[in-house]
Amino acid sequence: MVEWTAEERAAIQGVFNKLDYESVGRESLTRCLVVYPWTRRYFGGFGNLFNAEAIMANPKVAAHGIVVLQGLEKALKNMDDIKNTYASLSEFHSVKLQVDPVNFQLLSDCLTVVIATRLRTEFTPDVQAAWQKFLAVVVSALSRQYH
Amino acid sequence: MSLSDKDKSAVKALWSKIGPKADEIGAEAFGRMLTVYPQTKTYFAHWADLSPGGPQVKKHGKVIMGAVGEAVSKIDDLVGGLAALSELHAFKLRVDPANFKILAHNVIVVIGMLFPGDFTPEVHMSVDKFFQNLALALAERYR
Repeated sequence: MVEWTAEERAAIQGVFNKLDYESVGRESLTRCLVVYPWTRRYFGGFGNLFNAEAIMANPKVAAHGIVVLQGLEKALKNMDDIKNTYASLSEFHSVKLQVDPVNFQLLSDCLTVVIATRLRTEFTPDVQAAWQKFLAVVVSALSRQYH
Repeated sequence: MSLSDKDKSAVKALWSKIGPKADEIGAEAFGRMLTVYPQTKTYFAHWADLSPGGPQVKKHGKVIMGAVGEAVSKIDDLVGGLAALSELHAFKLRVDPANFKILAHNVIVVIGMLFPGDFTPEVHMSVDKFFQNLALALAERYR
């Protein structure tokens, strides 16, 4: 089981308190699709993803960004058992969506960068450490049901 | 994933903005790396003080970012331009190349923090590619 210190819990909650899901979700997914363009393979039904401007303006990208952050919120609310909380979500990504788990880390890194641009100096090294630990647990849980 | 002319222009343009703060970026990124990825501290066990604001960390951050600046000026031939640095890392320092990506991530986070308006998704892509090519050039002499 993952151990969280009181400081880590506070740091992670603190980040979430400042997150505008719409803005951060949209930009994180946009960055992922722009910085790692091969990730577009998973979004064939999203319409125009041909360049950064199109991706940024794409309403399906915006909507999906929110979905992703809502999923992360579930992990936040179940921090002491993310593994089991995410069991069906992991199976969904593996069996239905067939997403290579490498991509979880790519999106995770983009999310971290976007949060850094929003929180700026509030995103201290300790907050970053706690946040990335949280994301690492999420990524691990999402990657579990691959057989 | 070699650097296109557009990538090179983007990196040089960003550097002209962030270059003046290179020392600060380097110190911050290096300090963060040691905190967020504690396994990287294993390379600095001989240092007295590994705290983010400490003098050795700040000094080394400056050294690192200085080298990044040099790489920007040699962006047309990173392998040739970084040959000496690659020899140093390969034979003396022997830092596992996996760590280059880790450091690059932290530099990117700090650039995002300090220059959010300039660090657009497209610039982010070019910078990510630049660091990837820089890492390859640095690892050139490893084996």
